[in-house]
Amino acid sequence: MRRALITLCCLLACGGEREEEGPEPGEELPGGATTVHDTTRNAFTLVARNLQGERRDAFFVGNALFNRNWVTAPASTEGLDGLGPTFNAASCAACHFKDGRGKPPTEPGEKAQALLFRLSIPGEDAYGGPLEDPVYGGQLQPLAILGVPAEGWVELGRTERPGQYADGTPWSLEVPQYTLRDLAFGPPHPQLMMSPRVAPVMVGLGLLEAIPEARLEALADPEDRDGDGISGRVNHVWDVEHRATRVGRFGWKANKPSLQHQNAGAFRGDLGITSDLFPTHDCPPAQEACRAAPNGGEPELDARKLEQVTFYTRMLAVPARREPNEPEVLEGRALFREAGCASCHVPRHETGTMADAPELSGQVIFPYTDLLLHDMGPDLADGRPDFEATGSEWRTPPLWGIGLVKTVNRHTRFLHDGRARSLEEAILWHGGEAERAREHFRHLSAPERAALLRFLESL
Amino acid sequence: MKKHGWVALMTGALLLTSCGEDAVVVDPLPEQSARPVIQNYAALTYANYTEAVKQAKAMQTVIDAFVASPSKERLEAARTAWLAARDSYGQSEAFRFYGGPIDNEDDGPEGQINAWPLDENYIDGAAGSNTVGIIADTVNYPSLTQGTLLEANERDSEVNISSGYHAIEFLLWGEDTSETGPGDRPFTDFVDGGTRPNADRRRQYLTLATRQLIEDLESVQVQWAPGQDNYARRFTAEAPKEAVLKILTGLGSLSGAELAGERMAVAYDNKDQEDEHSCFSDNTHQDLYNNALGIQNVYLGAYGSVSGQGLSTLVAAVNPALDQKMKARLKASLDAIRAIPAPFDQAILGADSSPGRQKVKAAIDALRAQTDTLVEVATALGITLNLE
Repeated sequence: MRRALITLCCLLACGGEREEEGPEPGEELPGGATTVHDTTRNAFTLVARNLQGERRDAFFVGNALFNRNWVTAPASTEGLDGLGPTFNAASCAACHFKDGRGKPPTEPGEKAQALLFRLSIPGEDAYGGPLEDPVYGGQLQPLAILGVPAEGWVELGRTERPGQYADGTPWSLEVPQYTLRDLAFGPPHPQLMMSPRVAPVMVGLGLLEAIPEARLEALADPEDRDGDGISGRVNHVWDVEHRATRVGRFGWKANKPSLQHQNAGAFRGDLGITSDLFPTHDCPPAQEACRAAPNGGEPELDARKLEQVTFYTRMLAVPARREPNEPEVLEGRALFREAGCASCHVPRHETGTMADAPELSGQVIFPYTDLLLHDMGPDLADGRPDFEATGSEWRTPPLWGIGLVKTVNRHTRFLHDGRARSLEEAILWHGGEAERAREHFRHLSAPERAALLRFLESL
Repeated sequence: MKKHGWVALMTGALLLTSCGEDAVVVDPLPEQSARPVIQNYAALTYANYTEAVKQAKAMQTVIDAFVASPSKERLEAARTAWLAARDSYGQSEAFRFYGGPIDNEDDGPEGQINAWPLDENYIDGAAGSNTVGIIADTVNYPSLTQGTLLEANERDSEVNISSGYHAIEFLLWGEDTSETGPGDRPFTDFVDGGTRPNADRRRQYLTLATRQLIEDLESVQVQWAPGQDNYARRFTAEAPKEAVLKILTGLGSLSGAELAGERMAVAYDNKDQEDEHSCFSDNTHQDLYNNALGIQNVYLGAYGSVSGQGLSTLVAAVNPALDQKMKARLKASLDAIRAIPAPFDQAILGADSSPGRQKVKAAIDALRAQTDTLVEVATALGITLNLE
């Protein structure tokens, strides 16, 4: 338990001693001028600090829509009917509770709420995207309106997989197994592929959208020319709004090009609400009652409401760092970089100019992501391609706000399907291109591991 | 006036050196002036919650009578009592938004007391649907208890509200599908063999929700009671700057983000009665007025029988013109809200040039101006007010 004493001023980096830098300018305000100061359960729910006047009102309007429960059509609330026929939830906020992270079911027999399953079969659709399952469509919907059969649900099984640190400290990781239950329309396609996706934290999405495409292309290293074992790739995806292929940046596999597209896709897939971008329901041919159910308008979500929700999702503020100057946090910061975590979880970006969002333009931000695809190895693979993303590639998720998840959502389940029960387990699951960084972590001493975790908590 | 300078110095002023000269800056929050204001705030807060508890209990008496023997008249009486109970609670919302007893992060019951908007179907199927909602769902909710209601509140969704004033409101009025008035649930919904099944569970639900509301209000009231080891004791002992920051954070947050924003601008924009605060009873115009009145109460330091020194006293001492301006803003907001033609859900409809919408817009603007002035007030008192 020998720990080098760190002093914060001008230590010479020699003989294995680590030179610790203080945070760089602005690092304590990861969302730039949008950053808010809140460490309560509402930390992810706040409006960008620099949003003013009527634009601030627009945020609250979008927030109301985000929280609203949609109802079965026809209903007296004409603007808000058309739920389903099949769906995962009745409101956005059901899965994005307090704009935070969803969690997988943890009790036997519990049905997933904020964890959904994308479905596809081998091949590509006309736009290079996943080919939907002919029986159950592109996503499993475990709920349905009255008189329409729900498609089925997914039961989670678990086994433990032990491992240990270089110093002998043991760990155990929870390996999930997913089993389809109560399928209403018989067996799916024999080559069905399923991808679990948990609801991510909503803060800072507008800032991520404002990172110039050129920056992402520049960060990409598909051939690993620099030989660091890390080959970030851009996912190029079909943009229904602009009828063109564009850089993907949202979703667990960077399969959505913009928040507008992402939101409209979620309205259709998760709530069963149609929009101009996605005018049809996810009712495959075999699902007659689903196809015959009354709708809540064509489309059910008018263009203005979609704009308002999208504005809301762009303007959710990133909370400020906690204790950025604590010595242990600074040690963790240095270790994070030394281990190579920052190769993919790129700390700093500058946003470009967004003509319609001056609040998000020209900001120095610290999201800790490159928004690129990386092969994370077989253990994390879902085996399901998504546009150019392979079955073992995932987009680097941003880390800002991650230390507040336990406060906001009262859980610490991480990764794309929430399998990790802590930040520590999330690191230990890293494989593939991230294997080297994980091994670096595995060889750290207990106090060093604690420092790195404390750094993550401070984000 | 050098002499004045020394007197000020002895009474806690700050000596600042600027440009090589001695400049005396008066402390805008001297202990001897600020302490009575802080103590008076605690007293009026207690008085306000005491009134809220009293009115809720009066409502309970009437609701119990209705549940024991439902009739049209008794339902009317229950509704009247609910409306009366809202006045004091609405004013008490001036004490929110700084993590006090009402909405502190660990156990503040605000979300159980006043959460809205609520999804009707979550409690009791709307539009005549008798198969959805907690009341109809005997499988998942075989027995109803206060615990059931709290357990279900905000489960899976921020609009899945099962407890509080608005749950009671929905049970008393039902959905509002009228263009001229509020909801009109028949009393027979509460009569066995009447208009809807599960009347026994509906009666039970109403009883439980009322009981829980009183317990929640009392839990806040007791934290402000004088002479106890409670929040009020800690609050009144805080440094003036800390306590006054809390007071102003509550006022500014209610005035701006909550009242002008969430409670008015959203409904103004959406033209949707689902976004009005008390949408079943059409009491929204009164809710808005009471919120604004609550802000004025605190600024002037008066509520009911409590009348002492408010923030006004402190502001007048450092900037009399600003104090006058603040008072004028408070009055202008109240007048602008009063001018909105009820019901609010009709006032927000139509073209922007319609009289109702213009009045709503004017009230929003008045509240915004009031919020800006509250920030000026804070600055005058040496406090930086960062409103989210």
